[in-house]
Order: sequence, then C-alpha cells, then structure tokens
Amino acid sequence: MGIPFSGQLINLCAALLLLIAFGMLSQRRVLSLINLFAWQGLVLSVATFIVAWSSHQHHLYYSAGLTLLLKVIILPWILHRLIRKLNVKWDVETMINIPTTMLFGIVLVIFAFNLAAPISQMASTIAKSTLGIAMACVLLSFLMMITRSKAVPQVIGFLAMENGLFFAATSATYGMPMVVELGIALDVLVGMVILGIFFFQIRETFDSLDLKHMEKLREE
Amino acid sequence: MIASNLLPIDIALGVVMYWLALAFAGLLLQNTRVVTQLIFPAGALGALVLAAIALSSLGGTPNVAVLPLGLPDLPFHLRLDALSAFFLFVLGAAAIGISLYSAGYFRAMEGGRLGLLCFEYHVFLASMALVFMADDAYMFMVAWETMALSSYFLVTTDHEVAEIRRAGFLYLLIAHVGAISILMCFGVMQGGHADGYTFAAMRGAHLSGFWASITFLLALFGFGAKAGILPLHAWLPEAHPAAPSPVSAMMSGIMLKTAIYGILRVTFDLLDTQMWWWGVLALAIGLLTALFGVLFATVQSDMKRLLAYSSIENIGIIVTGIGLTIVFHSYHKDAVAALALTATLYHVLNHAFFKGLLFLGAGSVLHATGERNLGKLGGLIHQMPKVALLTLVGVLAISGLPPLNGFVSEWLLLQAFLLSPGLPQSYLNMLIPVAAAALVLAAALAAYAMVKFYGVIFLGQPRDESLREAHDAGVWERLGMAWLAVGCLLLGLLPVFVIVQIDNVNQMLVHAELGVSAAKSGLMWLTPVAEERASYSPVILFGIILVGLAFTFVAVRKLYHGRVRRSDPWDCGFPEQTARMQDSAEGFGQPIRQIFEFFFGIVREVPSPFDKQPRYRGETRDLLWEWLYLPLARLVEWVSGLFGRLQHGRIHVYLLYSFLTLLALLAFIR
Amino acid sequence: MSISTLLFQLFQDTVVVLLAPLLMGWVNQCRAWMQSRSGAGLWQPYRTLIKLFKKDAVLAHNASPLFRYTPYMLFVCMWLAAALVPVVATDLPLSPAVDVIALVGIFALARVFIALAAMDIGTSFGTLGARREMLVSFLAEPALLMVFFTASLISHSTSLTTIVEQFAHKELVLYPSMAFAGVAFLMVLLAENARIPVDNPSTHLELTMIHEAMILEYSARHLALIEWASSIKLFAYTTIGIALFMPWGIAETGNWGALPLGIAVLLVKLLACGFGLALLETISAKLRIFRAPEFLGTAFLLGVLGMLIHFLLES
Repeated sequence: MGIPFSGQLINLCAALLLLIAFGMLSQRRVLSLINLFAWQGLVLSVATFIVAWSSHQHHLYYSAGLTLLLKVIILPWILHRLIRKLNVKWDVETMINIPTTMLFGIVLVIFAFNLAAPISQMASTIAKSTLGIAMACVLLSFLMMITRSKAVPQVIGFLAMENGLFFAATSATYGMPMVVELGIALDVLVGMVILGIFFFQIRETFDSLDLKHMEKLREE
Repeated sequence: MIASNLLPIDIALGVVMYWLALAFAGLLLQNTRVVTQLIFPAGALGALVLAAIALSSLGGTPNVAVLPLGLPDLPFHLRLDALSAFFLFVLGAAAIGISLYSAGYFRAMEGGRLGLLCFEYHVFLASMALVFMADDAYMFMVAWETMALSSYFLVTTDHEVAEIRRAGFLYLLIAHVGAISILMCFGVMQGGHADGYTFAAMRGAHLSGFWASITFLLALFGFGAKAGILPLHAWLPEAHPAAPSPVSAMMSGIMLKTAIYGILRVTFDLLDTQMWWWGVLALAIGLLTALFGVLFATVQSDMKRLLAYSSIENIGIIVTGIGLTIVFHSYHKDAVAALALTATLYHVLNHAFFKGLLFLGAGSVLHATGERNLGKLGGLIHQMPKVALLTLVGVLAISGLPPLNGFVSEWLLLQAFLLSPGLPQSYLNMLIPVAAAALVLAAALAAYAMVKFYGVIFLGQPRDESLREAHDAGVWERLGMAWLAVGCLLLGLLPVFVIVQIDNVNQMLVHAELGVSAAKSGLMWLTPVAEERASYSPVILFGIILVGLAFTFVAVRKLYHGRVRRSDPWDCGFPEQTARMQDSAEGFGQPIRQIFEFFFGIVREVPSPFDKQPRYRGETRDLLWEWLYLPLARLVEWVSGLFGRLQHGRIHVYLLYSFLTLLALLAFIR
Repeated sequence: MSISTLLFQLFQDTVVVLLAPLLMGWVNQCRAWMQSRSGAGLWQPYRTLIKLFKKDAVLAHNASPLFRYTPYMLFVCMWLAAALVPVVATDLPLSPAVDVIALVGIFALARVFIALAAMDIGTSFGTLGARREMLVSFLAEPALLMVFFTASLISHSTSLTTIVEQFAHKELVLYPSMAFAGVAFLMVLLAENARIPVDNPSTHLELTMIHEAMILEYSARHLALIEWASSIKLFAYTTIGIALFMPWGIAETGNWGALPLGIAVLLVKLLACGFGLALLETISAKLRIFRAPEFLGTAFLLGVLGMLIHFLLES
C-alpha cells in the first residue's frame, strides 16, 4: 500500500491495542483483566518505541521506557497485591450483558473512526491514521468503567483510558512534553496508592467492594 | 395459425380474461369434481402461458395498450415492459405449482364454498397480473383494491372461526392504510396536471428534491404495508396462517412481491433521480425487518406462523437489496447497482418458489393431520415420505445452502456488499460491513428456524397417536410441489440463464447490465464481475457431490459390507422413553429466546410449589403490537369518540347540519 | 485446466482424505503428552476407523432414510471443502467453482444435514445436540464469513486462489485487520470443530455434549464416516487458517519446482498448528453452554471490527 514498514508495524500495534481493549470489555475474570492491562502496556511501549525509532524523536525512548516500567511492571504488581489482600477473585458482574456491551463498543468504534478521520488528514506524524483507534480505546475504556459494578474493574478501566490517551498523544503529536508526561506518570502512581487505601476503607464500611452499596451514602 | 401481429401484451390480457372466465365458471358450476379436476388445472395452464409470454417479452420493447374500460376520460392504460414481464413471470411460474396443488387440496370441500373460493382465487390471480401491467394510477388502484378484496375473502374462507375473522379484519385495515398512502403518492407525482395520472406523464414530470422524497416515503410506507416491513407487519403472522394453505402460498410467494414491484416502479421508473439517504433508510428498515422476522420465526409454535415470520425476513432481505441498489445508483455506480438489483430480483423469484413450496408442504401436513401446532406433530417422514422429501428441498433452499437457489441470491447480494468500497461518504463505507454482518446473521438464524420447522414436523417420534394414520398427499398436490421443487433446483443450478433475463430489467431501471452471457462464461460459471474476482459453479458443485456420494457409498459397500440391524434407540439407562422427551418446538427455540430476551415480550405463568395442578405457560408477544398498534388504536377510538358527539339523534340538529352545509356551498360558489 | 493440474487436484483429494486422521491423532497425542498421559499413539484414529467399518450397523427402529444417508453427505461435503483449499499450491482446477462464500455454504449444508439427522430418532439427546449445534453455528457461521470478508476486502476478490496469491506472493504487508480476523478465526475453529472451550470432544456425559450428542445413535460404518468427516473438517479449517494467515511457502500457479518445498512447509505448519491447538485445549476450561454464544458473539464482533479496521487503516 505504500506505507513504510514502520508505519505498518505501528498500525499493527494500534490494532492490537484495540483488540486488547475489546478483550477487556468482554472479560469476566479480574485476574485476566489485570493481565490484559499489562499486555496493553507492553504493546503501548513497543509502539512508542517504534515511533521513536522511525521519527528520531529521542525523548520518546524515555517515554517508552517509563511506560514499560510503570504500566507493565509496577501497576500490575500493585493491582495483583491488592487483589490478593482483598481476597477478590470473583467473576466480574456487568450491568448489561456482554454481547450488548460489545455491540455498544462497535457503535463507539464507528463513531470514533468517523470523528478522527478529518483530524487524521491534518496531522503530520507517521502514525496519524491510528488516532481513530486511540480515541476508540479511550471510549471503550470509559464504557468499561460505566458497565461494571465492582470497584477494581472500574479502576482498570480508568488506567486503560490513560493508555489510550497516551497513544493518541504519541500518534498525533509525537508525545507530550516530558514534564507533562512525568507529571502524569506520578499522578497515576499516587492515584493507585490512594485508590488502594480507598478499597480497604470501602471494604471495611460495607464488607464488600460492590459499588451499589455506595448509593447508600447520600442525603436522605 | 397464431396471428403474427398479436403483441405479448395482448396475450397477457388474454390470460387475464381467461382467468376471469374460469372464475365465473367456478362460481356458477359449483361441482367439486369439475372445479378441482378441471378449473384449477386450467388455471395452471393459463399461468404457464403467462409465464412463457412474459419470459419471451423480457428482451423486447415495451408494448402499451389502452383499454376502452374505465371512466369516459380516464381509460385504462396497460404496459408490458421488462419490469412487468419479470414479475408476470414470477406470478405465472409460481401459480402453476400452486394451482396444480389446489386441484388436489380442495377435493374434499363442498361445492358451494369451493365455487366461491375458485372465483376469488382466479380473480386474485387476474388482479395481480393487472397490477403488474397497469400503466396509470387509476388502473393500478383498481387492480390493487381488487387484489386486496379478493385476498381478504380468500383469507376469511373459514369465517366461522372468530380468530380468522379478526385476522382478516386486521389484514384489510392495514391494506387500506397502505392503499391510502399509495394513492397520496400517486397524487404527489401527478402534480395537478390534467393527464398526469398516467405513468407516462409521471415519468416525464420532474419533481423537486423535497417532493421526490415525499413520494418515496409515501411509496415505501404504502407498499411496505402490503409487503409487511416493520412496523407494518402485524397483519402477516395473522393472515397467512388463517388462509387456506394454497392461498397462503400465493400471498407469501406473489402478493408480497406486488409491493416490491410497486416500490421498484415508483423509485426507479417514475422518479427520475434518487437520493442516497432513501437507500440508507430502506437498507436500515430492511435489515431490521429481516432480523425481527427471523428471531420471531425461531420461537413460534405454529408452523404457518413460523413460515409467515420467515416471509417477513425474506421481504426484509429484498428491501435491503433495494436500499443497496438505491445507494449505488444515486452515486452513479451503476454496474454495482445492477449487481444489487440482480440479487434482489433473483431473491424475489427464489422466494416465490421456496416459500410457496414450504407453505404447500405445511398445507399437506395440515390436510393429513388437522394440526397446525408443532407440539402435536412429529415423525411424519414415515407416513408422508414424498411430501417430506419435497419439503426438504424447500427447507434446504430457504436456508441458503448450495447448490439450491436460495444460495445464489444470497451470494449475489453479498458480492454486491463486498464490491461497495469506494463510496464517497465515510459513514456509508463503514455502514456496509455492518449491514453485511447483519444480513449473514439473519441468514444463519433462518437456517436455525428451518431446521426447527422440518425437524419438529417430519422427524423424531410422533407426539400424538393420531399421527400414525396420516396419509401422504395426492397426485395433484405432489405434482404442484414437485414443480416448485424442480424450479428451486433449476434456479440454483442454472443461474446464468436467469441473470441474462434479469439483465433486461437492470438495463431498464439502472441503465447498466451485469453483462453475464451464457456464451462468454459458459453454462456453468457464474462470474458477475470478473473471474478472478468471484466465481461460482453450482453445476460442478452438484455434480461433484453426486459423484462423491455414489463413490463413497459403493466403496464402503464393496470394501466392507452393508449389513444393518434394528434395535431400540440409546436411552441412557432410562427405559421409559416417550415421545414427549424429545424437544418441543418451544424447547428448540429456547436458546434464542433466552439470548434475545429483550427483543420479545414474554408473558409467563409459572406454577407455585403449592399448586394442586401445576402448569406453565409462556407466551411470546410482539412488542410492537403493544407499543405501536394498541396506542394508535386507542387514539383512533378516542378521536372517533369525539366525533360521536355530533350524533344527537335529534332530527332538528341533522336538518341544521344540512342547512349550514348548503349555506356554506352557496357562499363558496359566489 | 490441463492434465497435470487435474492430476494434482486428485493427488490433493487423496492426500487430504488419508492424512486427516493423522492430524487428529497428532493433536490427541500432543494433548496426552501435555496431560502427562502416554496417549494412544498417532495411528489410533486409523485403527478406530477400521474397527468401526467392520461392524454391523445398528439402527433405531424409526430411523429414516435421511438418517442413513447423512453420514455419506457429511463425508462428501467435508472432503470437497478440504479439497478446495490451496494447501500446497494455489493452482487447483476446482477452486474457481467454489469461492469462500460457497465454502461456508458447504459447511452449512453439512451442518444442517447432521442436525436434521440428529432430530430423526426423536430421543432427547439427539434434539439436545441439534439445538445446541444450531445455537453455536448461528454465530459461528457469520463470524467465519466476516473473517473471509476481511480477507476478500484486502485482496478484492472472494476466490480462494486470489486471496492466497495476494497474501503469499505479493509483497509482505502487515494487515492489522487480519489480526482481528485471526483471533476471530481461531475462536470459530474451536467452536466448529467441537474443541475446548466450546465442546469437549472426548466427553461421555450426555448433558455436556454438543457435537457428540448429535451422533450418539450412529454406529459402525456410519459412525466411521462421521468421525472421518470430523477429522477432515479439522484438517480443512487448519489449512484455511494456514492459507489465510501463514501462507508463505505455498507454490504459486504453474511453478512445479516449488512443490516439494510447499509440501515440506505444509507438514511443518500442520505439526505446529496441531501442537498449538492441543496447547490451547489444555490450558482452557470448557465454557458453560450459555457462555458459548457470548464467546462466539465476541468472535463475530471481532470479525466486524476487522472489517472496520480495514476501512480505517488500509484504504
């Protein structure tokens, strides 16, 4: 088709990201969700690495390394520890059943693709056609957050959304300024720690991590 | 000596007259033997002549005729062009089989009712032929209404049953709602010109975009009411089971296609431009209708209702094809539009054959057992082997399996979907694969419904003892069904011949042809676009399957042996197997009901642990009936109630009304 | 269509029919190794077939002709399907007769026949199997078609020969849409061939059966033909997967010199695929029956996504 080989590799990584996002949407088990999140982080860092190598933007190498460290190693490790401490191994319950969720997912993907089409024409990076996929990943993670009723999958959805945003930034504009990236990385790490503390508090108050119980916390 | 200056249209008109004559003959004679052995086969003969003349005139020039009937200044115009000829062929070919079948089916009916039925039946046939040949709005509406009325009387043949009366009423109501819409559509196209009611004038008139869209929407609504698309489908599952089986076959196979004819005529012939969003609308409605129809078909317990919902599905597929054609034609991709139109028209022809065959098979079962409920049938392949074999052909054809005809039209339609990239709008480009996905989903579910249909009726063990006395169908019935079954096979094996004929219609409507010629690619290969692109040879496939079957059979027998022992089936250690332990119709459809629960309105009555006589009842209802039809009916009743206030019963007030009207008219004339 | 291509077609027909049980034997043997059992040996399927052919056929009292002739129909359909897929070379004279849509149609024809035959005897197991098989297939067939459509959109053709030529012999392009199609195809392969996680091919508990329940009443030569047909079906699906996703090494049209390499490469790929299948079966657990439509629905939607990705990224 005329795209250079590195462009094809980035397209392939983008497709894998979307595949993993759909996989997370259709998963029922929390352990598999965390593993999929780790894989997504790995694909993301590989993609960033390829963009860095083909466009000679050296700061992206650091981004790739940071992503690898944070999203493939540290965050999944924290999540696994949390799961073990909270003794959470259930099947994920969904608000609406899985095939319907996936149908909504397809509609969102079509919407994202059409949204990104004119913007792709304006961008000048090597990976501009992947903007639509990145936006689709963000929307799908949001959908995952909405349709789950327990706390841990919601948090994973939030993290996956951040993955999608990162990929969007990389593909459209060769990444954000380094300061912003480091700041975001720190935010995510701190957020995870705080959320971990919150999990324990929720569990102590309600004896369960089911978010339906939080509805009791309102003015009567 | 055939008069050489007899135009095809004259011969077609002659057949119509002949049918009307047969109708009156049946009404007057009222002798069961004469009517069934003579008049119905004579009707089949007329259908044969009609089909032959239609086939021969597909390639010719359109001929026109003006009948001296009608009102003084509004004579009847008739026209036989490629589109009419194609649909007349569908009518004739299917009617041959159905009329032959009726000759045997009604042999036990008493003379008076049979005479009336024969009259209505042939008037129905004649009016449908006139609908296809009408060339002006007046003639069209007269023929349309005659068709609706005669079919209403046919549907309510057994009018003693209250349910059948109700079904007939609903049918007539929706048919007339549709007719009003069609009339308004013609009114918009006529646009106030004096002579504008002829189709020739409408072809010449140029409507602005807004009015053309209004026309299309009115035509889609009006003809859609007759075709049974969503949401105007409610009459179909009631009327088709209520009618006698040959009539159901006729209605499902041909009458629904008059609506398709109407849509095609208005959209491509009478309107000079089409807009892309009409196509998208038709595509969406068609896909929804197809999915709706097939989902409901999988959960039915009445065999004719199942077939009726399956007809809704096939009409949905046809409307999808029309939508696709409109989309391509509006972007001037005429070659692909021709492919989509070919697929649509081929499906029209196929559906007439296999649905007719299935309804006739169901009719034989009903005739032999008196049961329509799938829960009381089963194991009939032993008592009715020939009907079972012929119905199997129909089941395989409707499931879209090669090498029969259902597969060819599905194949062509999928090729049209796959050739679609290249449309300027990106939303449309992405819509096409989603549409193709929905279409193949509907096709796969259709196979599910048909396996249920065939398996529960013909296979397994009889669910009722009286089934063991069922008798096979008579000679006439088998003849009619065999005609349709052979048609299914030939339409599947020799698609090139059919497409060559359909190309004439393509040329007329979208001004492009598929260009498939028997000489170029041979009898066997179907290569609509190019050989590397897509090719299919049903004859080779069929041949290989037959050769393979023979080879395997002989090889196994020769190398080993063919010994057989009979014994009881596997009972897993539980010896008290009864016929009730096999799947019921509801049981077979249960997985679909569970997966698509939100689609159906299910009303359940479950037993409690304290019931002395526990019973379970589950009813699958059509949600659109509750959400759309009932509220509309209540609204109409309320509005009529308001008008009821005008009725006081006092003479003075009525005289006052007349007086006021007279004053108003006098003032108006001033 | 010359004599040599015709001979080659016959050669492929014979090889397919004779080798298919060996692939099944290899998969079973790999499973046995992974489960620390010693397994029945690579040639066990052949021994089973010979044993079955020699026996007397036992039919239920109310078995109809449909029941008796379905095994032959099934065998011929699967044989035809396997004979059409370009495995060693793309130069098959029969290929133009049947394109990918017709290939799916042939599988559907076989499936409808076996489902009807299962309902023929009228016991609860047969109808259970038929109902479940249609449940699995009403999503599996569209998913398979979507995979084929993705491949057709890329190669602008629905003819298997052209598709394989495009993937094997044109320049190497990475197609992201084929990644989606690949996952979907794998899921459909598992479902259609009655493999874990959709169905357990070695179960003897009737309530957990899908495919086995349909053939419960068959015996002797009928059962032999059906088992043979199942192994040919697995062979056909594996070769379709190889042709679509790993087609390198297939000899192109008219190039007879590349044939030995093609055969060798095919054998290596079949060994690898068999091993992969056994690995997948060993690490997965069987799904509950009502999770199976979810599984296949995911495959279907992945197929649709693959087509959408094609429109976004590749055109």
